[in-house]
Amino acid sequence: MALDDRKSDGFTFVGTRPNRPDGLDKVTGRARFGADASAPGMLHGAILRSPHAHARILRIDTSKAEALKDVKAVVTRADFSDKVEFAPGLEGDFWNILENVMAGDKALYDGHAVAAVAATSALAARDALKLIEVEYEVLPHVTDVDKAMLMDAPVIRQGAADYSVPEGMHPNVVRKHESGHGDVEAGFAEADLVIEDHFTTEATHQGYIEPHACLATLGADGKGELWCCTQGHWIVQKTCAALLGIETANLRVTASEIGGGFGGKTTVFIEPVALALSRKANKPVKLVMSRSEVFRATGPTASASMDIKIGMKKDGTLTAAQGTFRLQGGAFPGGPADFTAMCAFAPYNLPHVRQVGYDVMTNRPKQAAYRAPGSPMAAFAVESVIDELCNQLGLDPIEVRLKNASREGTKASYGPRFQRIGLVETLEAAKAHPHYTAPLKPGQGRGISCGFWFNHGGETSVSLALSEDGSAQVMVGTPDIGGSRASMALMAAEVLGIPYENIRVTIADTATLGYNDVSHGSRVTYASGLATIKAARHAVEKLCERAAKKWGIPVDAVKWENGCAVPSGPNAGEFDPLPLADITADMGRTGGPISGHFEATPEGAGVSFATHIVDAEVDPETGKTKVVRYTVVQDAGKAIHPTYVEGQFQGGAAQGIGWALNEEYIYGADGRLQNSVFLDYRIPVASDLPMIDTVIVEVPNPGHPFGVRGVGETSICPPLAAIANAVSAAAGARMRQLPMSPPRILAALKADG
Amino acid sequence: MQYHSPESFAQAARLAAEAEGVTRFLAGGTDVLVQLRADIVTPDTLIDIKKIPGTHDITRNGDGSWTLGVAVPGAELGEHAGLVADWPGVVEAMNLVGSTQVQGRATLTGNLCNGSPAADSVPAMVAASMTATVTGPDGERVVAVEDIPTGPGRTSLARGEVISALHIPARGENAGDAYLRFIPRSEMDIAVVGCAVNLRLDGDTITEARVSLGAVAPTVLLVGDAAAAIIGSTLDDAALDRLAAAASAACKPIDDKRGTIAFRTEVAGVLAKRVARIAYARAKGEIIKGHHG
Repeated sequence: MALDDRKSDGFTFVGTRPNRPDGLDKVTGRARFGADASAPGMLHGAILRSPHAHARILRIDTSKAEALKDVKAVVTRADFSDKVEFAPGLEGDFWNILENVMAGDKALYDGHAVAAVAATSALAARDALKLIEVEYEVLPHVTDVDKAMLMDAPVIRQGAADYSVPEGMHPNVVRKHESGHGDVEAGFAEADLVIEDHFTTEATHQGYIEPHACLATLGADGKGELWCCTQGHWIVQKTCAALLGIETANLRVTASEIGGGFGGKTTVFIEPVALALSRKANKPVKLVMSRSEVFRATGPTASASMDIKIGMKKDGTLTAAQGTFRLQGGAFPGGPADFTAMCAFAPYNLPHVRQVGYDVMTNRPKQAAYRAPGSPMAAFAVESVIDELCNQLGLDPIEVRLKNASREGTKASYGPRFQRIGLVETLEAAKAHPHYTAPLKPGQGRGISCGFWFNHGGETSVSLALSEDGSAQVMVGTPDIGGSRASMALMAAEVLGIPYENIRVTIADTATLGYNDVSHGSRVTYASGLATIKAARHAVEKLCERAAKKWGIPVDAVKWENGCAVPSGPNAGEFDPLPLADITADMGRTGGPISGHFEATPEGAGVSFATHIVDAEVDPETGKTKVVRYTVVQDAGKAIHPTYVEGQFQGGAAQGIGWALNEEYIYGADGRLQNSVFLDYRIPVASDLPMIDTVIVEVPNPGHPFGVRGVGETSICPPLAAIANAVSAAAGARMRQLPMSPPRILAALKADG
Repeated sequence: MQYHSPESFAQAARLAAEAEGVTRFLAGGTDVLVQLRADIVTPDTLIDIKKIPGTHDITRNGDGSWTLGVAVPGAELGEHAGLVADWPGVVEAMNLVGSTQVQGRATLTGNLCNGSPAADSVPAMVAASMTATVTGPDGERVVAVEDIPTGPGRTSLARGEVISALHIPARGENAGDAYLRFIPRSEMDIAVVGCAVNLRLDGDTITEARVSLGAVAPTVLLVGDAAAAIIGSTLDDAALDRLAAAASAACKPIDDKRGTIAFRTEVAGVLAKRVARIAYARAKGEIIKGHHG
């Protein structure tokens, strides 16, 4: 390719928008998702779930179900590995996961699995569940985070708290995080205005369109195969092997195409159960969750109760901030209270800041990661108070944020000093966007919010193999949840200098590639991307070696340019450029197959910031809200495939709109989930959303060869606050509770006036 | 499970009367099949009535009244220009149910017999003074639509009885109907409050009115006080306020996952005003398209 074809930023392929390689399969129905696999002799599994929020399991009688001829296996907790510790109160993620996938002594939430059946048909399995007798002793329950911390609250599990929890707190408080710097009281004393307020958010579900599904085979020889819908199959391999008591390498896990995850598919729910059924029946077992099971028994995000206090001078300077964040994470430790606390004030340069987080257990399903876990609720509370400070002091919300924004060198609220970051650039771009100065109609309000997420690196392996004809196959281990195969191919194309279309990227199974962490932490384009670039460079080194050998010159006299080996300078000799395909055509005779590899745990993920602008309209007679305009401005470092970066921006905003306005886990007085289907769990439908405009800011991340920062999660950090600020402006009443459902808004309007 | 597809309603009624256990009639199936697949209700006997002659017909009778077959889906009501011109409120209410796909199957009769107090089409049918022919083992009877539901999931139909046709009165002159519901989203949702108004004018003055509310009581309500509040008025602000007050006063709602008592009571009045204005404008001859949400 000639030099004059290169784009002005120095990239040839990076930054272009080719079709995604998995697109045709997905639009034609050829793509195979979790439930699309089958095997000869396959059985169908089904899981019996507790109808009680909290109950001791006194007896399980499976004999009637086992007597059916269609039933080939029934499992309960007794069928799982005895290598795993069963004693309560011990630390250990495996024990917690086991306890969650199949209840031990107690059912801890409505929907908790207590037994499972494998039968010759899905209907037979379902009906067999009805014959399993479970005797429960119903116990008092608690599902609200604040109530779970009261001294008279039912105890979910004694001894679950770790060293961080001070004496005197309820046993349901299992972890405490505290961080910050300076002297907040001194800071508040310097302020002209101090606002202190209380905010709550409800648990919301990721709402991925594909329910969890798997096909499991585990033989008496301890060797297994598992096909499943997951964000990370190595963690599935490791966890299932531990729970089933087999060697990790003896379980091969293949990730299916995935219909959404958003963090919710970073752990296991049904996979160990299907493997246990298969081992017992000695047949393959397919297990597919219903939507109701997904809501009741997988991991929504945590709900939160938060107190925020912030001081500001008349000129908009922030003097001090403190926050207390109580995160309800379900019946197990793991609520992201530390992340909530650490993200809360990260966008601002604060001389005095203190944040405390509490991880609290209740009788609800174990929370799972949901897109920047913990950060969106923190932003809702903090940015609402900043909005109120701006309102009361008559200050422009973007100017105030610019004045206080974290920059390179700022000591972050959670400890370290920021490297090169792009918050100021997103604020400047938001200020310059026509949306920010567009007139509002009567009944409308505008809201602004910033948001922050750490981003992550993680363990990563990539292999790249060249074919004789000069095409390349790239094996990555991070399931593609956001168009990453396209991005990997673009980055490989950039290094190799061959067309995007000549590169096929595959999500390798656990038997064919080294370990990879799950697709989470906005890490895939960063970490698998970095590994792909380095694997491609590794292959290029070998290509240069072959050229050097052919030309009879030292390898350091050869460089790689536009898909060809060329002499590195006039002293190297006069040779025509040697294209990649010419080298690979002969590779069998010149030293053997050419591949590139890279394995590492890259640690330069580069934190990410965004600024959102939202216009909302409130019907004063009914409290109904409509989001009428939405603009996302976010730092992507470098957008490898801008269309999928924009897609991530829009997706975060869309999920944020649902979380802010109507989505919530609703529990009855009996502790049962009231809305376990999409009819009453109200995610936005297409007609609820405006066109979501996007602005990609590119402040390169020094930790990635091409400057990439992860973009998947930061996009959901500002929406709750930005929408709440817009709705509060439109309604003329501060909304402190999410979701801002019409009954809540109407009640606020009535209370206000 | 026994599946039957009778060729007459008399046969359907006989099958139902003789059946044991749980019996369901199948037309569009958008409730029956969903409940079956969700393991909520598994009928012992399923009687498919949509193969009975006439069940797919929309008929305008000589006197201007309409007869609707029990298997006519919402989509076909919406595509029938004559019916839309006469009874836009009934049609728009039915067309709010579910998605485009559901509209291809779901029926007015099914929406009525499902017995949900939140059914969108039922307030509109009640306001329109619609009636149902009920066929039983001992013959037929004609029942006002408002007398069919008796509580959530329950109807006044006796064992062996099946609705065999729906009837809408002749529209007549200077009249209009309308339906609105409140949902938090823009579509694909269940009414938190529903309200239908059907009225007739003499000049600018309302001479006849029927007001019906959904999702605010165990059954859809026909609210006489609300109608009385606007009869004799020109739908001026005072009449609208009386209408809203009467509608709110009639509510006997519950707090549940979809809304609160206070919210439903308040919004019933708000919707009643908005619906009355649309029905009034239609009675004046204005063409007002149905609303989503």
